[in-house]
Amino acid sequence: MTSKEKKQLAIAACKIRMGALEGVHAAKAGHPGGSLSAADMFAYLYFKELNIDPANPHMEDRDRFVLSKGHTAPGLYAALALRGFFPWEDLKTLRQIGSHLQGHPNMAMTPGVDMSTGSLGQGISAAAGMALAAKVKGLPIRVYTLLGDGEIEEGEVWEATMFAHHHKLDDLCVIVDNNGLQIDGPIDQVMSPYPIPEKFKAFGLHVIEIDGHDFDQIEAAFNEARETKGVPTAIVMKTVKGKGVSFMENQASWHGKAPNDEEFKKAMDELNARLTELEGEKDE
Amino acid sequence: MSDVKKTATRESYGNALKELGALHPDVIVFDADLSASTKTGVFRAAYPERHFNCGIAEGNMMAVAAGAAAMGLVPYASSFAMFASGRAFEQVRNSIGYTQLNVKIGATHGGISVGEDGASHQCCEDFALMRSIPGMVVMSPADDAEAKAMVFAAYDHPGPVYMRFGRAPVPAVHGDDYKFTIGKGETLAEGTDVAIIANGLCVAEALGARDILAQEGISARVINMGTIKPLDEELVLKAARECKKIVTCEEHSVIGGLGEAVCAVVAEAGLSCPVKRVGVQDVFGHSGPFTALLEEFGLTAPHIAEACR
Repeated sequence: MTSKEKKQLAIAACKIRMGALEGVHAAKAGHPGGSLSAADMFAYLYFKELNIDPANPHMEDRDRFVLSKGHTAPGLYAALALRGFFPWEDLKTLRQIGSHLQGHPNMAMTPGVDMSTGSLGQGISAAAGMALAAKVKGLPIRVYTLLGDGEIEEGEVWEATMFAHHHKLDDLCVIVDNNGLQIDGPIDQVMSPYPIPEKFKAFGLHVIEIDGHDFDQIEAAFNEARETKGVPTAIVMKTVKGKGVSFMENQASWHGKAPNDEEFKKAMDELNARLTELEGEKDE
Repeated sequence: MSDVKKTATRESYGNALKELGALHPDVIVFDADLSASTKTGVFRAAYPERHFNCGIAEGNMMAVAAGAAAMGLVPYASSFAMFASGRAFEQVRNSIGYTQLNVKIGATHGGISVGEDGASHQCCEDFALMRSIPGMVVMSPADDAEAKAMVFAAYDHPGPVYMRFGRAPVPAVHGDDYKFTIGKGETLAEGTDVAIIANGLCVAEALGARDILAQEGISARVINMGTIKPLDEELVLKAARECKKIVTCEEHSVIGGLGEAVCAVVAEAGLSCPVKRVGVQDVFGHSGPFTALLEEFGLTAPHIAEACR
């Protein structure tokens, strides 16, 4: 990846973080922590990995993305808006009456959303169903799904993983956002799903471990996943919950809480400073 | 009725799936390790490349089916009624109902006629659960012809459908020329003293009750209400206006099924026609031959006749 490309992705990720916070702040509710931890992944997916067309959101041979951890919709919505699926201003209508931006993703209302999610564990099953259907139809597409690390406490995740392996869904790429925190606290104190890579390996998946804030590693992982035949791939990415906003980082309390006006200003100041810094960087 | 052909509607389901699969290449079938019992194995024998076993994981199966429907296929997802509507309720509600995706649920072994397996497998709550999901069509056929017609009608209906089939053989009440429309009930016999509104295996029993009542000079109308939702309200109101009372009859709890649906329509129309509900009385079943269970739980012709008097 060129440094110019990397800079563009970092700028997109920074804007996605700002968009997610704008939405949650305006709604006075929502889930900033996991939106921020996945922002770099959202940026990479929507600006590099996925074969999609914002002008034609229902294009049959598009890649599919299912946000299994549906509560981090604010991050997804910001990515979709930035990519041109709908106006950026819509983000401020999050969770309001009349808005197409529901508290959790709704495929019938929001352009670019491939599956309605929110009840944890179901998105990965739907993604597996999509990958299976693509094989039946002979559609050469890839299906991606992003799960939370708390979410994999749901038994259905493992039913779906078993299913995906059994039916050799090698066009399915499962991504786990391992930010280490869920609502009630650190995941290893609430109900430890560790060791995560070993579990997916035991279910027969090809497992890749990466730093979810490093675009080179994300790119290498997706390339490796695409080359992997016969079994689905699981990318387990270490991330920082609340990444990019100093006072939100690694705080379980920011899982599902909106910033007040003062906190919002502070967060946006930090992200604006980062954006200015990124935009000032010279391309090599 | 010994000379009347009897067929379990789960058999009809498997046979109809095979016929449907021949006509429509977008039909795919999911099962959860019960394909010999649900009879989706009949489809698999003809179209192995379009039949997918999900193993014993019904919740995953429903959301997988939703994903396949989102890709434009028409999945029929099958298990026993208990697990399709009960175990997988939340997946059906959120991934199929909320999305209004084009998934058809083929639930076999509904009601207490499951028999020897006992109460753990005798689902008498599925109509209630599935009716409560917005946009879900809920159907229960009376016989072979209606079961097959429902499988085809479900394909032509865009959106989620729940079909409940039975394990026990039931006599034919329709000819082969039977035409079924989702949301339309059917008057099988005219009468004015009482209207019996039934579905599933209770339809044949209702016709038996009509014969018993006729000997006593009581004229009973028999309505087959194959679709529980959307309910044929017009036909219910017509019965409420023209008959002195209504008796509903279903192999389901009296809570939340056809009986309550009929009560609501009659009451909200402000009609004074009394409604009695024949069904399973807020109790669990137990093991035994299905004929004995139907007798014990009051779902046979003499019990229905008694409710009509």
